[in-house]
Amino acid sequence: MKRNDIILIAVLLVVSIGLLIGVNIYRKNNTSGSAKVEVTVDGKVYGTYPLDEDRQERIELADGSYNILKISDGKASVIEASCPDKICVNTADIHYTDETIVCLPNKVVVKIVNGEENDVDGMTR
Amino acid sequence: MKTKKITLIGLLIALAFVLSYVEFLLPLSIGIPGAKIGLANLAIMVALFLLGWQEALMLSIVRVILVGFTFGNMAMMMYSLAGAALSFAAMLIAKKTKKFSITGVSVIGGVFHNVGQILVAMAVLETEQLIYYLPFLIVIGTISGIVIGIIASMIHKRIKGISNLF
Ligand SMILES: [Zn+2]
Repeated sequence: MKRNDIILIAVLLVVSIGLLIGVNIYRKNNTSGSAKVEVTVDGKVYGTYPLDEDRQERIELADGSYNILKISDGKASVIEASCPDKICVNTADIHYTDETIVCLPNKVVVKIVNGEENDVDGMTR
Repeated sequence: MKTKKITLIGLLIALAFVLSYVEFLLPLSIGIPGAKIGLANLAIMVALFLLGWQEALMLSIVRVILVGFTFGNMAMMMYSLAGAALSFAAMLIAKKTKKFSITGVSVIGGVFHNVGQILVAMAVLETEQLIYYLPFLIVIGTISGIVIGIIASMIHKRIKGISNLF
């Protein structure tokens, strides 16, 4: 390794720590009581569900793939999916505004949105 | 001479394919979408430093297509292609500056691969919140880039002696 390599690695680590801190500060300031769970498929809204109501929802895709969303105790998670990588299933529960569970292969995004915001522009996409 | 080169490219394609398969089998489900160790980058690094950028680029494209059709789906192939393209361009620039060793180039490749994938996913899924995964993706790309870079430079040293054959 050269000196420049070490500098590069150090810079990358500092940048990622900085980003991480920034993201967490932003998130902490954006948590509200009336949050909802928004599910989008390929960028389009599939459904919106209140976070404080326990339920299980099967997200069906046109090609037969699916993700099963579970909302309980004010947290959302994907408990089962047809995707090859299962990253969505292994993502931890989410409940802060703007937190996401992403299934890249199925193009499914589960996102926590603030209730009031959603009334204004949630369905315009 | 030409036959030897073609043979080496064929070998590297096979190697990249096998490494992608190994990565696919690894239970690396850490809940970070777009995170890849990028084992196959090992083969691409060797091609880049031993043969040339055209060969390395070809290898990179063939790998994405082969792997996409075999283990993934169209969406995954698209993210992967974006990651591979950005990663390749970044590695090429890094190599041209002559400021970094193989390890440095590999780190840049690893980081940009993960960043490229998530940027395309952000655009396709219209979810800007994916940016939150960026710090983790940079760290994972850096660490795997270091490991792959060290292995690639070891391989490079060993075959360099016979590289005049190609
Ligand atoms: Zn998934």
